[in-house]
Amino acid sequence: MTMQTPLRRVLHLGAAHDGTEHFWRQRLTGAATAILVIFFIGILMATVGQPHDHVVAVLRMPLVSASLALLIVVTAIHMQIGMQVIIEDYIQGSALKVVCLAANTFFCYAIAAVGLTAIVMIALGGPPPHG
Amino acid sequence: MSNTGIKANRPLSPHLQIYRWPITMTMSIAHRVTGFGLYVGMILLVWWLAAAAAGPRAFDFANAVLGSWLGLIVLFGFTWTLIHHTLGGIRHFVWDFGVGLDKPARDTLAWANIIGSVVLTVIVWGVWLVLR
Repeated sequence: MTMQTPLRRVLHLGAAHDGTEHFWRQRLTGAATAILVIFFIGILMATVGQPHDHVVAVLRMPLVSASLALLIVVTAIHMQIGMQVIIEDYIQGSALKVVCLAANTFFCYAIAAVGLTAIVMIALGGPPPHG
Repeated sequence: MSNTGIKANRPLSPHLQIYRWPITMTMSIAHRVTGFGLYVGMILLVWWLAAAAAGPRAFDFANAVLGSWLGLIVLFGFTWTLIHHTLGGIRHFVWDFGVGLDKPARDTLAWANIIGSVVLTVIVWGVWLVLR
């Protein structure tokens, strides 16, 4: 007979040392993007096809910058987890899988970094000289 | 001792091709494929934002590419993919609450997802065309 309580087993989360964090985070970021996507489509409708000065004028509005930045960050997390599931489903063998998972993380963080940099540049000032 | 006879007679669970293809199966795949498409499509959004930050010249180029026929088709596809994946996600949220899992309900949800995504995409582009 073991003296281990079920709680101890749950807290250790088995051999994976990991529980439903991905499942839960995917739902959380999914719910956030479901709301943000409404703002996003609105922003696109007000900007797509318009000249540069008009687009910049819309994108630098604080609420637009903030919701776009939020969308980029939340989406980056969401797509990183989603692609990880796809990789784990289809790619067997640890070496290639690890490379793919790393590439996935790099790509998603790069998307977030470039997106946020662009949003901050648009929000804080004019374009760089000779742009 | 050989047990090939036992192996051959072992009951197996039927694989995918044994079932008549249900709409929910298509939608399950569609959710993953649209997610994959949006993953790649994020490059377009970030490129467009970076071009806007870089200045009028870079932005005019991005606008010209996205405003071409091919660009517009890609953007239309991106809109549908985004709305389809969003509605598919909401469908999963409904299921997470333990609702809508019986056959009529899940078929209805699947069709609502398809029809809803097409209708909303057309509305979004209709409104955009009227506004511009």
